[in-house]
Amino acid sequence: MGLLSTIKERIFGRRPEKPPENPEAKPESKPEVKPAASQPQTKPEVKPEAKPEAKPEAKTARSKPHRKPEEKPEVKPEAKPAASQPQAKPAVKPSDVKVNEKVEVVQKEEKPVAEKISIGELHLSGCTGCLVTLADNYEGLFKLLDDYADLVYALTLVDVRHVPEMDVCLVEGSCCLNDKLSVEELKEARAKSKVLVAYGACAAYGNITRFCRGGQWNQPGHEAFVPISEVVDVDLYIPSCPPCPQQVRNVAVMAYLLLKGNDEQKSLATAYLTPLMQLAQRGNEACGCDLMYDVINQSLCMGCGTCAGTCPVRAITMEYGKPNVNRDQCIKCGACYAQCPRSWFNFDVMNNYEGIMGAIKGAMQ
Amino acid sequence: MDVLGNYKSAISARSTDKDITKKSQDGGIITTLFAYALEEGIIDGAIIAGPSDEPWKPQPMVATTKAELLAAAGTRYTISPNLSLIKEATRSYGLDRVGIVGTPCQIQAVRKAQLYPIGMRDVDDKIALALGIYCMENLSYQALEAIVEDHCNQKMESVKKMDIGKGKFTVYTERGAVSQMPLKLIHKYVQPGCNVCLDYVANLADISSGSVGSPDGWSTVFVRSMKGNAVWDGAMAAGLFETKPMDQVKPGLDLVKKLATEKITKNQKNVDARKTIGLKADGTPKGLRNPYESP
Repeated sequence: MGLLSTIKERIFGRRPEKPPENPEAKPESKPEVKPAASQPQTKPEVKPEAKPEAKPEAKTARSKPHRKPEEKPEVKPEAKPAASQPQAKPAVKPSDVKVNEKVEVVQKEEKPVAEKISIGELHLSGCTGCLVTLADNYEGLFKLLDDYADLVYALTLVDVRHVPEMDVCLVEGSCCLNDKLSVEELKEARAKSKVLVAYGACAAYGNITRFCRGGQWNQPGHEAFVPISEVVDVDLYIPSCPPCPQQVRNVAVMAYLLLKGNDEQKSLATAYLTPLMQLAQRGNEACGCDLMYDVINQSLCMGCGTCAGTCPVRAITMEYGKPNVNRDQCIKCGACYAQCPRSWFNFDVMNNYEGIMGAIKGAMQ
Repeated sequence: MDVLGNYKSAISARSTDKDITKKSQDGGIITTLFAYALEEGIIDGAIIAGPSDEPWKPQPMVATTKAELLAAAGTRYTISPNLSLIKEATRSYGLDRVGIVGTPCQIQAVRKAQLYPIGMRDVDDKIALALGIYCMENLSYQALEAIVEDHCNQKMESVKKMDIGKGKFTVYTERGAVSQMPLKLIHKYVQPGCNVCLDYVANLADISSGSVGSPDGWSTVFVRSMKGNAVWDGAMAAGLFETKPMDQVKPGLDLVKKLATEKITKNQKNVDARKTIGLKADGTPKGLRNPYESP
């Protein structure tokens, strides 16, 4: 239901920018909205419109993400009716109705939209697990997109082909040096974003792409994969493979507070984000060995078990109260070290855990 | 923050459940609270230090019944990495509301996992009750063996109870023997990670409990968070605890405060000393990593 509607909302949210393209569209679309339940009305209206541009229609019917092809201004007005077409399944109807209602709301309140920050996701050599993680916030994602952030760039979720200007750019995947486009897009994302986030372990630490030596299909020549910080400056890390939906949610809310909040909120967001930014300064190599080098060897481990609990591949077991890493199993995602309470522990934030968690919960309602 | 952390109330308490106080270390607070929370559906299960196949070596486990709680009651003075089950409890065990008990550092880890859930998917809102126990320092299992077997001359498997109090580490055996050693001799066995710990009474727990400050068989309880308050009020209303105000028990809150201040002052010195432990080529000090400053 929701993902579709959000995508539509995005299309319509943008519509006011170039409204007079199709003067009929607006009056038409609104009346359609309410009787949407009665299919016969919508269909005839849709088809005559849609036919002139056969391409968009064909695409829309099948895969929704691809629905918005080249001619945006024209497609936008159609998008609504087009969506109501595949109503073969009755289950789709309610969501369509909702969508259309939402459209009106979005058009009314332009201000809140302007207050949002813009977030994009640049997809490099990753498995899309990070992007899926973003969606794993479920209704939380819609809340984020409704109130705090515009998703301006993301594979399959947003039909924007070229890296746009944005406040926060989440970069997923490591950068393949043998792929010119990856390097160029990464640099472009850096130039066009205020905050560049290494989103997920591949972007931050290379993760499993660290083990790539080329020779794989269908790009045997692609063998050099590096964490993005080898190519561009990175502001903030969100490690782990996959990253945690709640973590990216927290970062998004805090980024919103940082860029749009009052002074108090800004200082909270700064305090919250600081360790994740320091993590980006720390370097781009991660491994279960970090627990040895930077915790146990530093005389800091007290055996709480967090690393074993957090490891996504269960490479860590606790032996007599200390972590034991199966290094062959470790994918170098950096989760264990980042989650360890002795990698960093900022009392100024943690002592206020009740308030901050309450605030985030409140923000998501 | 004060050395005792934020709290809504401090009470001296003892469980009214005889089954629990028979097995518990002091007032049976943690066991009783978890039993109550399980009963009431506040938690679906609790991560506790369960028994293992070696004597006095705890193994983290997810308890879902009072019998399991009872089997794990009492203190074992060594590490139980309870956090290692925190994500597992929400997955393999399918718990939506998790209870967890831990030392101050472990409760810190719980809060970090909630605020920065980097590798802790879907955990943050499932921590329903985090109970903390006071902790001055902890021992590795091998250190505990050395203390019990070498210093106190008792076999691990023959020990019925271990206790720390009044400056002594005491071992009670099944056959009635009592062996003691001065607490200060234990210091060399303390795990090094404890020397930078700046929390004595689990400041970030929902409720924290420990023997210090209350008479024998009683515990000093700090009720800290909103959640903790609700659970405590419920347990009190259910008649699960007998209580005394802290200002009417000996040795009272002053001792807790004294020990907390001692620990934190000592360890803050250790943290500071780490900054100047080494020497750079230019003659200025070279430091170790400080977890309270940056990763």
